[in-house]
Amino acid sequence: MSELVIKDLQVSVDTEDGPKEILKGVTLTIGSGETHAIMGPNGSGKSTLAYSIAGHPKYTITGGTVTLDGEDVLAMSVDERARAGMFLAMQYPVEVPGVSVSNFLRTAKTAIDGEAPKLRTWVKDVNGALERLNLDPTFGTRSVNEGFSGGEKKRHEIAQLELLDPKVAILDETDSGLDIDALKVVSDGVNRFREKEGKGVLLITHYTRILRYIKPDHVHVFVAGRVAASGGPELADELEAEGYDKYLKAAAV
Amino acid sequence: MTVTDTDLGTDPSTARDSVASALEQDRVESHLNPPPSYDLADHPVPTGREEVWRFTPLKRLRGILDGEASDKQLRREVSLPEGVTLTEITAEQARELGELAPNDRPSALAVANAGGAVLLDVPAELEATEPVVVTLTGESADDLVWGHVVVRLGRFSKATVVLRHAGSARYAATTTVVVGDGAELNMVSLQDWDDDAVHLGRDAIRVGRDASVKHTSVSFGGDVVRMHANVEYDGPGGEAELLGLYFADAGQHLEHRLFADHNQPRTKSNVVYKGALQGQGARTVWIGNVLIRKVAEGIETYEENRNLVLTDGCQADSVPNLEIETGEIEGAGHASATARFDDEQLFYLRSRGVSDAEARRLVLHGFFNDLIRKVGIPSLEEQLTDTVEAELAKNVLDGLAPVGGAQ
Repeated sequence: MSELVIKDLQVSVDTEDGPKEILKGVTLTIGSGETHAIMGPNGSGKSTLAYSIAGHPKYTITGGTVTLDGEDVLAMSVDERARAGMFLAMQYPVEVPGVSVSNFLRTAKTAIDGEAPKLRTWVKDVNGALERLNLDPTFGTRSVNEGFSGGEKKRHEIAQLELLDPKVAILDETDSGLDIDALKVVSDGVNRFREKEGKGVLLITHYTRILRYIKPDHVHVFVAGRVAASGGPELADELEAEGYDKYLKAAAV
Repeated sequence: MTVTDTDLGTDPSTARDSVASALEQDRVESHLNPPPSYDLADHPVPTGREEVWRFTPLKRLRGILDGEASDKQLRREVSLPEGVTLTEITAEQARELGELAPNDRPSALAVANAGGAVLLDVPAELEATEPVVVTLTGESADDLVWGHVVVRLGRFSKATVVLRHAGSARYAATTTVVVGDGAELNMVSLQDWDDDAVHLGRDAIRVGRDASVKHTSVSFGGDVVRMHANVEYDGPGGEAELLGLYFADAGQHLEHRLFADHNQPRTKSNVVYKGALQGQGARTVWIGNVLIRKVAEGIETYEENRNLVLTDGCQADSVPNLEIETGEIEGAGHASATARFDDEQLFYLRSRGVSDAEARRLVLHGFFNDLIRKVGIPSLEEQLTDTVEAELAKNVLDGLAPVGGAQ
């Protein structure tokens, strides 16, 4: 059971010319076991939605609420949100020089679970997750995201998704910059997560390509900081054929 | 965050050993490094305005520069692998061994006042299996101690030397390391002093033909620590890696001055110093001087200094200097960066459930870990990691459990 409810979320960011409103009232409910795709043109605020839900300090929440199973997410610190069951797969994962992947994964798992994982099963779990994502076993000794190729960074994000096992995953353009093979590997990882009981997924993407591999239950068109339209998977097909023009024109009026 | 990156000429043209340039090198003096001399008159008491003294808090040196005689000693515990000897020699004998003359007042005073030197001798072709470990311990910060040391590695020998300073003293020392042709030295100088110690140290290394030297300076303790690590070459093909790690707490002054003097062709120097600062008045200084003499064709040098400022009230000075007298080199560059914790790194770690304090610990651990791994002495690596953790626990991260083990 997990339900992420976003109500009338308004978010601004500080710029040189003062605060700029980016999200202008976003309302979305990711029900238990549901996958929602958010599609939109560049600059529509898709990533802002992801990062503000995760608690990035750059963004200021000016209105609205976000709850996870009734708990007030916006009142939590960044790490409390993660421990409550939120996970953000980032578009640009950050390098942490000198910290090995295995140290990082174990530290994160310990933080999320509140206790250190049992060594024997943990090593097996990590190796299994890396292998399923086509990552070499020596990957664990490398520094987090340092010198990773674009594809390795994204696969590493999905390995974390598998191992940390959150309630709700927000995937911010996880498909961008991936070749078709890597896209399949990443999609398989996301689908394994979805197969588990009651997991929610918010899949943010610019392209419809990934939706061939991850079938969403709901598709939302995101334009100018708002959900401009919602529908089933067929909405993605329509966007594939017609693009965002219709929605952009409507938003400009 | 401020970053300076400089990359200069990469000219692969073959070096030419011309008589003219060999003659000329003797006349060229570095603009940044006063000429070495045993004569105290060449090293007057500094006013604090001199280029080489302007960063140092002279008053806190507590009279060392007055140069009073003193027969106090540091207690010495020594662990020597078979074949390596430690003996007392006279100052004259130290000179005859080809020691490098003092390059500042405290090192000149140390030679003048120490009343003889200690020689650590690794015979030619000996490959020492165990590290040489010398622990020097001071009794009191009131004791004035002069130190004079020569480390000699014979041709094709191989050794690891760990020199650890503990306790307290007002200590000024001149150390020369003469590395024979084809020899390989890994040397660590660990400044693990009590809070009130003052240490003015000069390590000068002459790298033989095709020899390689790794020198690591680690400064954690002491009130004022000012260390020189100087390197020059006795023939082509020599390589020097100069590493440093420091952690300044409230009120501490930790200064590291590097000088790579490329006086021979096809030599290499690589410098990496990393430091962290925390607490009111924590101060670090890093001066990285490189001189590429006219004769030094085909050389390669790179210097890097990174500082992580953990709290308000700290000051990190970082000054890389390059003097270049020939462009016929493989490469020369430097980088310097002084920054606070990176918000994006902390956000990434925290978005995985890791608390803010633990995220900081992890980032710092990683920052030093890269360097600690380079030191290449497993037993010491663990100790350094623990010390970094302990330093961190002092201030920023009071009362936190360690980050899930070492690796």
